[in-house]
Amino acid sequence: MTAIDSAAEVQVAEAPNTPALLGPWALMWRQFRRHKVAYVSLYLVGFIYFVALFGEFLAPADHLETNTRAPFAPPQGIHLFTEDEEGGRQFQLHAYGLKMEIDREAMRRHFVEDPEKIIPLGFFVKGHEYRLLWLIPTDRHFFGPKDPDQTVYFWGADRLGRDILSRIIMGTRISMSIGLVGVAVSLVVGIALGGMSGYYGGWIDTLIQRLIEFLRSIPTIPLWMGLAAAIPLDWPPLRTYFVVTLIVSMIGWTTLAREVRGKFLSLRREDFVIAARLDGLSDWEIIRKHLVPSFASHIIASLTLAVPLMILAETSLSFLGIGLQPPIVSWGTLLKEAQNIRTIIEAPWLLIAPGITIVVAVLALNFLGDGLRDAADPYAN
Amino acid sequence: MGAFILRRVLYMIPTVFLVSIVTFIIIQLPPGDYLDALAAEMGEAGVDNTAVIEQLREQYGLGQPMYLQYWKWMTGILFEGDFGISFEKNLPVTDVIWDRLGWTFAISILTLLFIWIVALPIGIYSAVRKYSVGDYVATFFGFVGLAVPNFLLALLMMYVAFKYFGQSVGGLVSPEYLNAPWSWAKFVDLLKHIWMPVFVVGTSGAAALIRIMRANLLDELYRPYVVTARAKGMSEFQLLMRYPVRVALNPFISTIGWILPTLVSGEIIVAVVMNLPTTGPLLLRALLVQDMYLAGSLILIVSLLTVIGTLLSDVLLAWIDPRIRYQ
Repeated sequence: MTAIDSAAEVQVAEAPNTPALLGPWALMWRQFRRHKVAYVSLYLVGFIYFVALFGEFLAPADHLETNTRAPFAPPQGIHLFTEDEEGGRQFQLHAYGLKMEIDREAMRRHFVEDPEKIIPLGFFVKGHEYRLLWLIPTDRHFFGPKDPDQTVYFWGADRLGRDILSRIIMGTRISMSIGLVGVAVSLVVGIALGGMSGYYGGWIDTLIQRLIEFLRSIPTIPLWMGLAAAIPLDWPPLRTYFVVTLIVSMIGWTTLAREVRGKFLSLRREDFVIAARLDGLSDWEIIRKHLVPSFASHIIASLTLAVPLMILAETSLSFLGIGLQPPIVSWGTLLKEAQNIRTIIEAPWLLIAPGITIVVAVLALNFLGDGLRDAADPYAN
Repeated sequence: MGAFILRRVLYMIPTVFLVSIVTFIIIQLPPGDYLDALAAEMGEAGVDNTAVIEQLREQYGLGQPMYLQYWKWMTGILFEGDFGISFEKNLPVTDVIWDRLGWTFAISILTLLFIWIVALPIGIYSAVRKYSVGDYVATFFGFVGLAVPNFLLALLMMYVAFKYFGQSVGGLVSPEYLNAPWSWAKFVDLLKHIWMPVFVVGTSGAAALIRIMRANLLDELYRPYVVTARAKGMSEFQLLMRYPVRVALNPFISTIGWILPTLVSGEIIVAVVMNLPTTGPLLLRALLVQDMYLAGSLILIVSLLTVIGTLLSDVLLAWIDPRIRYQ
């Protein structure tokens, strides 16, 4: 990097009329910004991780609190203006309260919005107590009913009357972090094995390549199902979380290892690697100082593309009931509530709200990874 | 060609061996076994039959060391075609699994055909009309197809089918045909049901393959041989089909190798959601109640058949492209 930077300075000094040369990362950034969808996705992914970090602050209600008086409550809309007695319109964010109606034919009760009952809404309102970023105790919430005793279900409620929106927000932390931790694990394994495979070649290469081929040739879901089903139900949530993450990370590393191996194979014959070896650098130093920086951008792109795969895997396992278990709230365990068609017909928001969240998150990560991959090699053209 | 096939078949043997070991370890992982669960259940009912349980344990060889159990299971499969017994159903595993496996692979292969039929024309169109509205639409749906998890799509389709078309959902045939003998009417009914899992499982694969086809064809479209053919006055469609598409098709076939395992995986999840009479629900249930020989046999056979499918695709590829044989 420094070599390229100083070279750039020298050139600029010699020919002041040519545009300034940019370093590789600056070139990549410029290339990346051309991919409009990926650029937007970068902000979207940033926003999703922001939600994951400040979940309690953004959630309007306590995601674990049940309400026997609002099972399957439908989503409540936000209204802008209230009317006073004289018929004058006033700006006041509010939602309508719910009233129960009994459907005599179907012998079922369901909830409808009652325009008589007005629940004022506001920003930075008081609500349940929590610790912001696990540190600062507070009871302020970004948005919600002004009266802390009221609950408004913006995205509906589940069978126990828990607020879906708050649960999705809190589930974001688990689901998105599984992607990150899983990627970190596959990064270590993938680079270690892929690097060894490509750098040493010979029988080590053959062995590792056979292992990868083996893992890719068998259908993974039945194996994961077997592994995940082996997790005892009475394990503490945190341990289950880490084991599920480990299982999920088994997908990512093979692709990564192949990529790293390919790069190693093509790079180890390069002049700068031979020069470094003649200078007496050890294998490890060559790998760390010369090889890794030269394909770091490709790795970052592949990692970004691996995150959504892991999120989808966690969701699938939890949905089947063999991944994360309640009380852990993840997008997968939320969808587990929408498992049978009867529930979905009665309360479609149980399926639609977490479903859209997952699709948006995965789409954003895919677009971001796609843009990063295109930008990873700025010297291609 | 013969040598190539022989080499590939020989390569398969260690893979299959490894699959069997991994499978066996996985089904042994949960603490306790089916008989523990059974004993607990009986204990709750107030029946004391430690003796019976011990006798069963002896009979099934559950108390023996793991390698011995593995050896017994394997020799049973290899020499007698005996996959062990399903504890829960109290039947030999072979009686339970074959028609379910048949359905799983029928759906997977139908899905593969569906993916090809969809991805080939759309991929060609996307490449030839690069950056056209149609290309953007295909790209967009490609990304969405990759982003929607199979089970979510299955739930969504079931919801739409039930709510707006009033169609019975779940299963492969309507309830009235469930135990009926095969007839034309039942076959038509089957077709009315089977398209849904095929569509659901195939969407993400089709999305991926459209991207691959587009990229492959884009690499070929501007080659000198295309320009030559065009200069000689060949019609555009004939030119496209005869040269670049044929070259681009090559990686298309090689992708069966990795698409087949994902199809089988996808089918298993979708089957649980749609309650199809395939391996999915059976495997999930077997894993949950620790019906170990049933679960193990399912994982083993599904993996084995997938490995064979991949082998067939490799042979097909070598047959089409002679360069592969000599690598």
